[in-house]
Amino acid sequence: MDNELYQAVLMQHSKQPRNFGPLENPTHAADGHNALCGDEISVALRIDGNTVAEAKFTGSACAICTASASIMTGEVKGLTCDAVQTLAGNFRALLKDGTGPELPKKLEVLSGVHQFPQRVKCAALPWETLVSAMQSPVG
Amino acid sequence: MASNLSEIRGQFPFLKETVNGHPLIYLDSAASSQKPARVIGRMSRFMESEYANVHRGIHLLSERATAAYENARTSVAKLLNAPREEEVVFTRGTTESVNLVANTWGRENIKPGDTILLTEMEHHSNLLPWLKLARDADANVEFVPVLENGVALDLDSARRLLAKGPKLFAFVHIPNTLGLENPAADLCAWASASGTTTFVDGAQSVGHQPVDVQEMGCDFLACSSHKMCGPSGIGALWGRHEILSAMPPWQYGGEMVDRAYYDKPATYREPPARFEAGTPPILEAAGWAEAIAFLNDTGLEAIREHSVSLANAAVQQLQKIDGLRIFGPVARQAGLVTFSIEGVHAHDVAFFANERGLALRAGHHCAQPLMRMLGSPSSSRASFYLYNQPSDVDALVAILHEAVAFFR
Repeated sequence: MDNELYQAVLMQHSKQPRNFGPLENPTHAADGHNALCGDEISVALRIDGNTVAEAKFTGSACAICTASASIMTGEVKGLTCDAVQTLAGNFRALLKDGTGPELPKKLEVLSGVHQFPQRVKCAALPWETLVSAMQSPVG
Repeated sequence: MASNLSEIRGQFPFLKETVNGHPLIYLDSAASSQKPARVIGRMSRFMESEYANVHRGIHLLSERATAAYENARTSVAKLLNAPREEEVVFTRGTTESVNLVANTWGRENIKPGDTILLTEMEHHSNLLPWLKLARDADANVEFVPVLENGVALDLDSARRLLAKGPKLFAFVHIPNTLGLENPAADLCAWASASGTTTFVDGAQSVGHQPVDVQEMGCDFLACSSHKMCGPSGIGALWGRHEILSAMPPWQYGGEMVDRAYYDKPATYREPPARFEAGTPPILEAAGWAEAIAFLNDTGLEAIREHSVSLANAAVQQLQKIDGLRIFGPVARQAGLVTFSIEGVHAHDVAFFANERGLALRAGHHCAQPLMRMLGSPSSSRASFYLYNQPSDVDALVAILHEAVAFFR
């Protein structure tokens, strides 16, 4: 039911997303969209050397996608690009099975999503866009 | 129809389904409609005692199957008031009908510099095949604009653009998003005054209200069985006989060929066979014919009135929800309502509604450019058909109030 999916912490992130808004002088950016339901999201990064120094997002998306992006941008800041790739892979596993290896506590709020196959794409979209952004230098 | 609504509802087995203990309320008929027991039963019986391939066997079952298949063509021809049965070509559905015309008539007739006129309210299916054709043929594409908030097609512009004599005007009769009906007969009259060929997307109108191709005056019309209580996998292209006769084949293979040789070009059969290569959707044709009989028994005018009155009731109540925006005219001309709610994403609305047994559509409704232009890349849609009842509207309104409180 709703409460398993829309947990209180998740709803806080959706109603007041962290790191929402344009990023000044991004080094990397990408757009993602979910053609099925109309989620549209853009992720902008500032990568210093091999570290994600700053991550922000903009767009119009559902509660699950917005909350996922809010949590994600907070978690990846300060990580190396390799660590972000690993985390993205582990998060995919969480969405598939409800458990994932070595995941930060904050991401576990999205563990209920795997029970709702039609919402997995919503939670995954920010991460897919992030991975795409890391491969897309600006300018 | 209100008097026998419970009798009609009794014919739809899907209404026995529940979601989390809630009765299932289906408000997604504009995407695809549900099937009455007599269509389901007809298809079972057909498979049990009438099924074989059509047109080529001389045994009993092939005769039965051929009769059912051709009777279905007669049913569709009558439904559309087509002058001739051979003008009905069975396809996989509206989308395939558009692609058929774009790839045959279009490739023969659209030349560099020609103009294809469309409208800004087309479904992707009546948009992308023409855009591809125009690119390949080096032709121009123009669009009849939609008025503010999608309340109507801009008919002054339509008249002006048609007066310029485009080669083709393809437009939707009833769009799947705006709850309006385009004045197809007027549009076709203006088009034919300029020698413009017309193609009408009837996916949302045929089977939902009376549609008469002779009264409309169009050259082509496409429709789908699954939108009108029939099975998926079959639809029709209706085209004027003289136009169809002059069109080259599209797909090649069995059934469409007259004489085949190793060393010289084949000759092809007359329409509709020319456009029905391979084994057609035989079972689906039998099911569709039964659906048409069911709709005729119920009455197409009564079905329209019923669906439109439910949509009007929904508009009246939805307008009272703070921050809810309805696309299209206030007075509904078709049985659907597309809306967006400030601060609540459509995908969340649809999920929340489903948990309470209500099936809504969320997204861009296969009309991305239109919804982008209306400023709402994602919206919700409630669509009504003959099996919906007034309390479905009340349930919709109550659930939306609840969703607003939860998500905002």
